[in-house]
Amino acid sequence: MTNAPSSFALQTQVAPARTDAPAVVAKMSARNLEFHYDSFQALKGVNLDIAEKRVTALIGPSGCGKSTLLRIFNRIYAIYPRQVAQGEVLLDDENILDPKYSLNRLRSKVGMVFQKPVPFPMSIYENVAYAIRHYEKLSKADLDARVEHALRQGALWDEVKDKLKQSALGLSGGQQQRLCIARAVALKPDVLLLDEPTSALDPLATSKIEQLVADLKEHYTIAIVTHNMQQAARCSDFTAFMYLGELVEFGETEKVFTKPVKQQTEDYITGRFG
Amino acid sequence: MTVSSSDHVVKSYDDELRRLTDEIQRMGDLALTELEAAIAAVIERDSDAAERIVQSDAAVDALELEVSQDVIRLLALRQPMARDLREVMAALRIASDIERIGDYAANVAKRAIALNQSAPVRPVYGLPRLGELAADLLREVLAAYHERDADRALLAWARDEELDRLYTSMFRELLTYMMEDPRNITPCTHLLFMAKNIERIGDHATNIAENIYFLVHGTQIAQARRKDDRSASVTESSLPHR
Amino acid sequence: MSKVSARLYRRRRLVNHVSLTFSFLATVFGLFWLFWILWTALSRGINAMKWDLFTQMTPPPGSDGGLLNAFAGSLIMCFGAILVGTPIGIAAGTWLAEYAGKQRLGEIVRFVNDILLSAPSIVLGLFIYELVVHQVGHFSATAGALALALIVLPVVVRTTDEMLRLVPSQMREAALSLGVPQWKITVQVLFRSAMPGIVTGILLALARISGETAPLLFTALNNQYWSTDLNSPMASVPVVIFQYAMSPYESWQSLAWAGAFVVTIFVLALSLIARAILVRNKVRND
Repeated sequence: MTNAPSSFALQTQVAPARTDAPAVVAKMSARNLEFHYDSFQALKGVNLDIAEKRVTALIGPSGCGKSTLLRIFNRIYAIYPRQVAQGEVLLDDENILDPKYSLNRLRSKVGMVFQKPVPFPMSIYENVAYAIRHYEKLSKADLDARVEHALRQGALWDEVKDKLKQSALGLSGGQQQRLCIARAVALKPDVLLLDEPTSALDPLATSKIEQLVADLKEHYTIAIVTHNMQQAARCSDFTAFMYLGELVEFGETEKVFTKPVKQQTEDYITGRFG
Repeated sequence: MTVSSSDHVVKSYDDELRRLTDEIQRMGDLALTELEAAIAAVIERDSDAAERIVQSDAAVDALELEVSQDVIRLLALRQPMARDLREVMAALRIASDIERIGDYAANVAKRAIALNQSAPVRPVYGLPRLGELAADLLREVLAAYHERDADRALLAWARDEELDRLYTSMFRELLTYMMEDPRNITPCTHLLFMAKNIERIGDHATNIAENIYFLVHGTQIAQARRKDDRSASVTESSLPHR
Repeated sequence: MSKVSARLYRRRRLVNHVSLTFSFLATVFGLFWLFWILWTALSRGINAMKWDLFTQMTPPPGSDGGLLNAFAGSLIMCFGAILVGTPIGIAAGTWLAEYAGKQRLGEIVRFVNDILLSAPSIVLGLFIYELVVHQVGHFSATAGALALALIVLPVVVRTTDEMLRLVPSQMREAALSLGVPQWKITVQVLFRSAMPGIVTGILLALARISGETAPLLFTALNNQYWSTDLNSPMASVPVVIFQYAMSPYESWQSLAWAGAFVVTIFVLALSLIARAILVRNKVRND
């Protein structure tokens, strides 16, 4: 990671560093990223660093491009024709937008959880084991252990350990979302992308997931897109504010929400959309 | 930097913030009036006026309570961020400072009643000057709050130095008077406390200035406050001899 | 309420009542015919409604018998049609939904499929006649099954396409995000999700072909005797009904009505089962 310039050097001088946290380095970086849906330009020259083992929140009004940006990080946009990305996105110093970079490899390193919980129409056990089976040949005992570990990390184990063989569709919304998170971490990715993970959930389920995110960031780099500013303020270490496809401001969450640099950012977070 | 040009999308939020600001303004005006009236009561030796001033301080206290309640409501219901948060926090602190100012002004009035029991002494003629300075300072600071003008607040903030120096010299004068003639001790002691109260009013006004600066810029004033109140180090040998 | 709004309200209520009444009467009207058909079939065929219906072969004119060979023949040919039409149909539907659907080619294929869907069944029968019967030289059950398969195919294609497209795109994206390849996702995840709908489609196709007569007329022809030979003509219920209903013999007419009744009930049952599957699936997933 020699070439990744630390745009965090300046930021962390201001706030006292957490003594127990690892140093801040960039895990993923977008460089001059542009994105087009047909002829519409959704992203304009975005440069952004996602810090390793931290939570980075992307906020902004609808249509600002935050979800678009997130979906570039695992190239899920590629299944739709006429959607084109230009520029670079570096993961561990390799450009993932390069056609030679294997999609398979990318998606084993970068996992994603969506807004609407989408459990597969299988049992809870199968949901988690599904992708593991695709990558590795494990004995039943090993697979069981992996599934349990993933469900524990997803804060779901205690609630489902007695009904692993039941259909995942019988779980509540919050549980289904935690199952989707468990499914994503089962592959031990480096990065977790969360696209408005609690939009469809009630406040209690939302809190559980926020706690989960706080626990997960010890092991994973997390990027979360959220409409809910208070959630971004509660959960994240760094916040990026986007508007109409551009990155307007990026900084430590505390700074962005107490004393933002740009007037635009301040207008957005105080509810003065101007 | 003045107030943000656009309003909140939710109008009631703006209304609530404005209400808070108006309460502060009213408090400030009331406290200023109290101070000026107290000084006038001392000069005119009007005990009835002094009594009325003491009663009127209750209004300032009541307003401070209202401000506290409004602040709690705003914090809980609106989750203010950035500048809005600073507005609310500043309002809370400034209200507290104004309430203390009101208390001090009422104290001055109360002591005036006691002072009027004795014959007038020379140092009393120094008190109006002290009171005027403090009142000016308070007026400036309240205007700076109204305009959200950090520069004006900074200017007022620097003037506290003058007030402190005047207080120190008055302290010496009073000591000298007390040493000359034991019959002066009672009125001079009252005057001492009144002067101290007015000096404290100046300090609280300076606090308000600091809060205004923080409100506007989001950082503390870089320089340390100049405290020129040297009364703590006054000894007999440093006093002028008669 | 002011006078104007009161009057409007009254008028709205009147319109509401009139519309409801008309809708109700229309429903009754529709159901009336269904029940009348069933009743007619039942009453006319009551003479033949014995166990013999299911145990005896089609009789020579004037004597009593059953429809066993016809039932067997229909079952065999329908089953054969499903066997041929379903795999091709599912494969084509999957291709349309997952791979080519939004492109120009996919739109064209969908359009052609819709034409095939509404093609007159007699034309399909004639086509198979020319292609198979004429070449081989004789009528056969295989030809009959093939003709029926041509009816099943577009139904299954359409249903598979629609059902797969109903699966939320987020499920696809979620599976793809795990790094699993497209084909695996389609087979292991998407099919499971769409299966109730696809099965319903197959059942409805079956319901349709069990009553088709025209294509069988010149492909499988008919057979008075028991036969399970796919290479020779085979009896089927619709054709037998066609033959017997127009005959002057009482026993044959009763048999025809009885057969008609059985087929109608069979189709009704299939539709109800298909509906039940869909409802159960909807309840489970909501």
